[in-house]
Amino acid sequence: MRIFDPHIHMTSRTTDDYEAMYGAGVRAVVEPAFWLGQPRTSPASFFDYFDALLGWEPFRAAQYGIAHHCTIALNPKEANDPRCVPVLDELPRYLVKDHVVAVGEIGYDSMTPAEDTALAVQLQLAAEYALPALVHTPHRDKLAGLRRTLDAVRESALPPDHVLIDHLNETTVEEAKDAGCWLGFSVYPDTKMDEERMVAVLREYGPEKVLVNSAADWGRSDPLKTRKVADALLAAGFTEDDVDLVLWRNPVAFYGLSGRLDLDVAGTEATHEGNSILRGTPRTAPETAPEAGPESGVRSGSPAGEAPPVRPSFPATAEA
Amino acid sequence: MNDLHDAPGTDRTAARPAPAETATVLSVLHSRLNSALGGAARAWLDQALDEAAAHPGTDGPIPVWELRIAEAGRRCGPEHAEAARVLLLYAARADAPTLARVYRQGTADERRAVLEALPHLVEGPEGLPVVEDALRTNDTRLVAAAVGPYAARHLDAHNWRHAVLKCLFTGVPVDAVADLPRRARSDAELARMLVDYAAERTAAGRPVPDDLHRVLALTGHPATPTGTDVPDGPSAPDDAEAADGGEAADGTDGTDGKES
Repeated sequence: MRIFDPHIHMTSRTTDDYEAMYGAGVRAVVEPAFWLGQPRTSPASFFDYFDALLGWEPFRAAQYGIAHHCTIALNPKEANDPRCVPVLDELPRYLVKDHVVAVGEIGYDSMTPAEDTALAVQLQLAAEYALPALVHTPHRDKLAGLRRTLDAVRESALPPDHVLIDHLNETTVEEAKDAGCWLGFSVYPDTKMDEERMVAVLREYGPEKVLVNSAADWGRSDPLKTRKVADALLAAGFTEDDVDLVLWRNPVAFYGLSGRLDLDVAGTEATHEGNSILRGTPRTAPETAPEAGPESGVRSGSPAGEAPPVRPSFPATAEA
Repeated sequence: MNDLHDAPGTDRTAARPAPAETATVLSVLHSRLNSALGGAARAWLDQALDEAAAHPGTDGPIPVWELRIAEAGRRCGPEHAEAARVLLLYAARADAPTLARVYRQGTADERRAVLEALPHLVEGPEGLPVVEDALRTNDTRLVAAAVGPYAARHLDAHNWRHAVLKCLFTGVPVDAVADLPRRARSDAELARMLVDYAAERTAAGRPVPDDLHRVLALTGHPATPTGTDVPDGPSAPDDAEAADGGEAADGTDGTDGKES
């Protein structure tokens, strides 16, 4: 089983997580720029974070055979902090980078005028830089937030089929689907969605344009929720093709809209063995990464003679 | 990617490349890249290089060629991005402050390209901060690119020895270290550091990297790492023997003691 987690904050996770994710079948992730829990106090703090998303984190992921891309944005919460807002002026130089596959997370937190402005500006940036957008929907007053989000999308230059509306649930999925957007669901241990409700939503609305993510971060969350949803879907009678559509082909198609998805992890990993992350771990020959499929804008496959990925030895089967 | 270092006309033992030599190396690189690229990518590169040559300065908030450097991976393919970026930096005649900016604002892949371009674009030591930054990282792709000909030429003895040791720590093959035989020769302090490191590995019950023995032999100091049965200088593997291949040459054996 191949899994693409389209929303996970690996900066907040350990190498144990990378190892377990690989074991569960995760071969690609997208890490959206977000709030770190501790408020930032200046744009410079964002720059270091963005640089990590484009430097160190993909290197860490590659050690575990996982292709890493990111989305770049001023997140909704910090859009309200005047000390942070000037980062908007610097986003263009990040949005041209090779491994940036969307603008995000953008959207609403408390639905303030400052959030309106940041959302509109960044939807416009997505259109200008030919990128799709990953749009977070709020935890509080969710349905009203969803409607205001869809209004902002309609008023923007970005077509709805270039927008992934995330953190949907039973109360918000229908309107997002009717708007023509991609549909993201975050599956959490306690909040947001769970596996069984995810099965029910897919039964009702079908797997087209649906993406499932763990949204794992620094809070209580589980980076293996994608696999657990896949297992629940199979147990409920969905076919392997359905599961592959939701957990691989849909995220590949959505982020492939950027033309920058590179799923050849051998091409992104360390040239040399033995990085600091792999303290004393044995090394094994890699399997080849899963095929990316025919979608445009996606690269995969490794040139002959490429050095194999470096990663520790661990079981290829999941204990999910 | 070591295309630059392997291209005809480079000689790692040379003190510094003459401008004509750099032009030759990059011309070879360009020809190789042209034959590897498809039509659309080749046309993109040609136009990007022309733009960089015609407008090396800042026209707006950011020079166009810097945008081309950012998008080289998706235009030429990730496997050709580094060569394309090096050629763009050369076409734009990037000086040390410009290279520092591109490095500072770059992804890890772009930073590698700056490190690869450095020996061809900067004569003096003013590019050293970029090399030192890369050597502070734990990203082995950057460490390997940092120990190229520019470091061989300009890095002071202390930092150079630490760079060599870092390669051994992180498993970067010492083949990546430019001009290794010349700089290692008669370096008693490097030999001491190597012997101490070997002793530390042995005390921990861990293997000593083959590359360590190789560098130690190059120092010419017949020190034997404590607790190992490595022969003294005359019978230790010399550079040519080790470079002939086999496991010793790739430097990846027994390097599981890592920096953090």
